[in-house]
Amino acid sequence: MDLTLQVWRQASRTADGKFVTYEAKGISPDASFLEMLDVVNEELTERNEQPIHFEHDCREGICGSCGMMINGVAHGPIGGTATCQLHMRHFKDGDNIRVEPWRARAFPIIKDLIVDRSPLDQIIQAGGYISVNTGSAIEANTLLIPKAIQERSMDAAECIQCGACVAQCPNGAAQLFTSAKVSHLGLLPQGQPERYDRVIRMVEVMEEHFGSCTMYGECEAVCPKEISIDFIARMNRDYLAAKFKNRKAEANG
Amino acid sequence: MTLDSKIPPGPIDKKWEHAKAHYKLVNPANKRKYDVIVVGAGLAGAAAAASMAELGYNVQCFVYHDSPRRAHSIAAQGGINAAKNYQNDGDSIYRLFYDTVKGGDYRSREENVYRLAQLSVNIIDQAVAQGVPFAREYGGTLENRSFGGVQVSRTFYARGQTGQQLLLGAFQALERQIALGRVKMYPRHEMLDVVLVDGQAKGIVTRNLVTGTITSYAADAVVLATGGYANVFYLSTNAKASNATAIWRAYRRGAYFANPCYTQIHPTCIPQSGDFQSKLTLMSESLRNDGRIWVPKVAGDARRPDQIPEAERDYYLERKYPSFGNLAPRDIASRGAKEVCDEGRGVGPGGRGVYLDFADAIKRLGRSVIEERYGNLFDMYADITAENPYETPMRIYPAPHYTMGGLWVDYNLMSTIPGLYVGGEANFSDHGANRLGASALMQGLADGYFVLPVTVGDYLAGQLGKKVSADRAEFKQTQAEVEQRIGKLVGAKGKRSVDSFHKELGNIMWERCGMARTAEGLKSAIADIRTLREQYWRDVRVLGTDAEPNQALERAGRVADFFDLGELMCIDALAREESAGGHFRVEHQTGEGEAKRNDDDFLYVSAWQFKGDNAAPELHKEPLVYEEVKLATRSYK
Repeated sequence: MDLTLQVWRQASRTADGKFVTYEAKGISPDASFLEMLDVVNEELTERNEQPIHFEHDCREGICGSCGMMINGVAHGPIGGTATCQLHMRHFKDGDNIRVEPWRARAFPIIKDLIVDRSPLDQIIQAGGYISVNTGSAIEANTLLIPKAIQERSMDAAECIQCGACVAQCPNGAAQLFTSAKVSHLGLLPQGQPERYDRVIRMVEVMEEHFGSCTMYGECEAVCPKEISIDFIARMNRDYLAAKFKNRKAEANG
Repeated sequence: MTLDSKIPPGPIDKKWEHAKAHYKLVNPANKRKYDVIVVGAGLAGAAAAASMAELGYNVQCFVYHDSPRRAHSIAAQGGINAAKNYQNDGDSIYRLFYDTVKGGDYRSREENVYRLAQLSVNIIDQAVAQGVPFAREYGGTLENRSFGGVQVSRTFYARGQTGQQLLLGAFQALERQIALGRVKMYPRHEMLDVVLVDGQAKGIVTRNLVTGTITSYAADAVVLATGGYANVFYLSTNAKASNATAIWRAYRRGAYFANPCYTQIHPTCIPQSGDFQSKLTLMSESLRNDGRIWVPKVAGDARRPDQIPEAERDYYLERKYPSFGNLAPRDIASRGAKEVCDEGRGVGPGGRGVYLDFADAIKRLGRSVIEERYGNLFDMYADITAENPYETPMRIYPAPHYTMGGLWVDYNLMSTIPGLYVGGEANFSDHGANRLGASALMQGLADGYFVLPVTVGDYLAGQLGKKVSADRAEFKQTQAEVEQRIGKLVGAKGKRSVDSFHKELGNIMWERCGMARTAEGLKSAIADIRTLREQYWRDVRVLGTDAEPNQALERAGRVADFFDLGELMCIDALAREESAGGHFRVEHQTGEGEAKRNDDDFLYVSAWQFKGDNAAPELHKEPLVYEEVKLATRSYK
């Protein structure tokens, strides 16, 4: 199939960017979106033009490296999939495709389609863990976890930290990402000791970098792991509970 | 130099205890005076960096990704083994040890494997404590499943994303130490060389992948946990950026490279669909628990799978290996697939595929059970192939997946360069000539959480007051060499893209140093690699400069190292005149076409020493001594 691409090119964070039009010819419908860009890049190299820079690695939808706005939608038109798992058979011969980097103030452009997503790591650093040093764990089966709780926790833990939720959100909010980690850990018995401290610390760092959630729900629609927006409600509940606990603790001196 | 593997004394089940009781310790107040560099943050690297930081060392951790959580450990699907014997099915530390040695076709070091089996139980405890959501039974206890090459259920898993969840456990432990200021993280930094001072590893040289700046970092010890080299084949199940540069640069500085020819070709991958193909996707081996592998009995049978009656199908693994059936080890299952395809019985485009059929399992267990067990794998398959595996059998074909070879290390995971430690897939230590499923995660985490933190400490205890600064001449010299090499790649201004060379190299390796190898093929491969490499340095085209993000330049350096490593793999495969595990020499097979080992002449680890660009590498041999396990012909019949 033959396609026309408009790709955002920007040499560096401070340089001016612009859309540049490329023709992608003879693309196999079985190719992934990134393999289609590989073909374009080989042609660009042939013509002595610098290839389009984009982040990618595992190409199995699990590392979370890749991601771009495809016709205005994070990871493209098919739900529940990362860009690397989006195949060209979902497009039509002759289509025009607009390719942009993640749109979010918190993710400045590094080059072309590559952005800096490091604020997401900072949210994890604020408390997205269980404080247990190597060697001090108890025997694994002394902790019984109901299957349903484990499954729910796993639903949240599947997040790949790609940033699509932020990129799609009109407010550039990171609630879905943050709530997924808060819920993964907060649902499990191991996560209880730090549950309320964790949510306060993570939400505070989140708010430093990202916009506010006004429940558009677009994050859920583009999430490649189909993480449910219910986790945001769960995080908000924990956050409120944590604030009340703090007030009580402070009132008691 | 003789290879001293530093095996502790005593019976095999007491060796690790003995070693730990005798390692030198660093006074808690002194630990913060030591700097340790960890390169890579997959399971081994993240676990080592976090655990050493918890102990109090200053850790600097370098990754080429934007975040340590992207390392390719994240893509491991099926599970992690541990000798917990929760299923009461006769498992034990000894049995896990035995299975791993046997699975490795008796080419691994017994003592290392025993320690791995011992530590396996601690890993599960640690992971659960970190919040890894392993699958559970209704009663709340941990669930297990079986994997290839064994007859017990000892594999722990988190849906089809076990690697992801274990890596997130290690990643979160690492992020906690970053927040505490104990680990300084360097994302988007690629290690391009190791620096030796008086023969000891004292630092590294890196390139900042955003600015292009080349910088030296000094430390008291360096840990490489940079993964395997299966991307030498171009098409593999590895991530696109996975590369051998860190270990290859260390090899060139004096670290011996062990068993480079031991590569694992994984039997269950989605077949290649065209020239545009950039990587191959693995379908977890756990699928072989419920899927049955077959091809038509007659060559050239072009009927749809549902049109081929039962009597005209050949379930070749079940036929040839009745006791293990579809759960035969990876090397055997892969060769089986190659064999039937070579006979013209392969299915799908190009005839390079076999069926993995779930019809019986769906009939027996119901679709919902299969969905719960493998749902995400089935979805992934459907995404890629546009076929529904619930209705039509999957098509699979072997693909390069894992490399058992790696830098030679002693029992303490130290390479032949003092102060340079190697963990995870980057070392050679535990899997012999073939790795069993669900063992890579186990090894990476055993190395990272439990071995390296104590063995590196033992070395550091002797380094007090020997700190060096990155201003020394050795660093400047190494840095100059790195810069010169980058200049050469950017300056070549040739006509061909990096990828076009990489594909050609990969093709040579796959055809002649892949699933079946011959002396003649290997010799011609070595000659062709040399010619192609010479052309590469002359004719490679890297556009842009070295002072900006430049993905072609990043790849160019890695591919340059793959040329050299590919050559060494062929040299090693040629020298090993036997078949063992993943290394199958056509000249050495039994009448039934099984791998034929030669224990009289090849019961050793091949450790290669770099002797210069235009000189042949020197082979050193570490004899393998089997005291616990009796050498036998591997049988899965």
